[in-house]
Amino acid sequence: MYPEEFRYTKEHEWVTVSGDIATIGITDYAQKELGDIVYVDLPRVGDAVVAGKTMGSVESVKAISDIYSPVTGEVVEVNATLAEAPETVNRDPHGEAWLVKVKLADPEEINRLLSAAEYQSYIEATQR
Amino acid sequence: MDQPAGLRATPLNAIHRRLRARMVDFGGWEMPVFYTSILEEHQAVRQSVGLFDVSHMGEIVIRGPEALRLVNYAATNDAGRLTPGRAQYSALLYEHGGFVDDILVHMVAADHYFLCVNAANQEKDYRHLKAINRFDAEVEYASDRYAQLAVQGPRAEATLQKLTPLDLTTIRYYHFADGELCGRPARIARTGYTGEDGFEIYIAPEEAELAWEAILEAGAEFSIRPCGLGARNTLRLEAKMALYGHEIDASINPFEADLAWIVKMEKRDFHGRQALLGARESVRRKLVGFEMRGRGIARDGYDVFLEGRPAGWVTSGGPSPTLNKNIGLAYLPLEAAEPGRMIQVGIRGQQVEAVTVPTPFYKRGKS
Repeated sequence: MYPEEFRYTKEHEWVTVSGDIATIGITDYAQKELGDIVYVDLPRVGDAVVAGKTMGSVESVKAISDIYSPVTGEVVEVNATLAEAPETVNRDPHGEAWLVKVKLADPEEINRLLSAAEYQSYIEATQR
Repeated sequence: MDQPAGLRATPLNAIHRRLRARMVDFGGWEMPVFYTSILEEHQAVRQSVGLFDVSHMGEIVIRGPEALRLVNYAATNDAGRLTPGRAQYSALLYEHGGFVDDILVHMVAADHYFLCVNAANQEKDYRHLKAINRFDAEVEYASDRYAQLAVQGPRAEATLQKLTPLDLTTIRYYHFADGELCGRPARIARTGYTGEDGFEIYIAPEEAELAWEAILEAGAEFSIRPCGLGARNTLRLEAKMALYGHEIDASINPFEADLAWIVKMEKRDFHGRQALLGARESVRRKLVGFEMRGRGIARDGYDVFLEGRPAGWVTSGGPSPTLNKNIGLAYLPLEAAEPGRMIQVGIRGQQVEAVTVPTPFYKRGKS
């Protein structure tokens, strides 16, 4: 379910790194909790994002929820298809529905995030 | 696992959990917000049929020789126009004219009225009714004796008819009948909170699971779906039905809420009437519908601006699955409370364009 090569946050974002570029999305757990996603608000290319700070929001029919950047750096690409097809986040949260790509200020930063196993036990503990 | 401390559960709580519904705290009740998808559940009701557990709603019974006098003193609509087997939308007001609650009044008999009230308000309503009762009538708190299921959508009648000997075609809109559902006593009312045809069923809590399962089975050929409060909210918003705590509360009077039609000023005195006499002439704000023009979704509590200046607030807002637009209701100054006005909604620090529109947003076609 949760790819081994990804790192995760307790706010339910995932991140995967290739070279110094991090790809970021929200987890399957997050999309299930939110329900039908109808709107995704993302930063723009060139924006600076800071680990642990809001970088956008995702809205379901019911509610709005912040997306926190898992890393610090500069946005180099955003997934423009989500503007027209936000429901992709429900269908393929760990793949097609990536949100943004960020050029990392410090590639070591992601080692502080949760591993797949740690994230899995974290959500099992929060689930009733 | 147990409910979080303090939350109340309906008799169908175990079923919701078995169906793996997403549960939320709704006014102190642990309720399903959706089972699979709010959008799918919403469409099921608009296109076919959906089943809701609304057992959190409260029931209050008024009995006695002066039952009508108490109901008519407590509530704004004219219960004197009811006949046995008819229901009416009405409101309880405070002395100052603000809402205690919005309610459904069912006339069972000349000396017997049955009120359906909002979940979070039921104890307050009961105390209010007791406090203003100076008639030969008894106020009974009856919520513990009822579970309530709502079967809503164009296929609601065909679904329920399989389970009751009552001829449902004879129960017209805002009428009800006492009879049987699955061989158990049930009160079946042709009322709802979705803007579709449908029924609200009052049964004993111990019969709730049986009725729930039977309705799902009867509706299987119509692809019936269990529906949560999420769909209930998008459906009622499209139909512009008020939700207590959003469109109405103690600080809002019926004229502001566009509910003058449930206030019968001409009938004998009722609680809050004196305040309404003055309020009618001095209404300054009114509830209006709007749809977003710019990108973004208006949510409950967001500020509304007119030409950039603060002017009101959003009472309910969100995507409309039927219209595929982002819609909402807002309080605006009277002079701006008409369709076709450009307004701005404050969405996370930005003013986003919207336009006021006629309501309801959705009205079902004649069948």
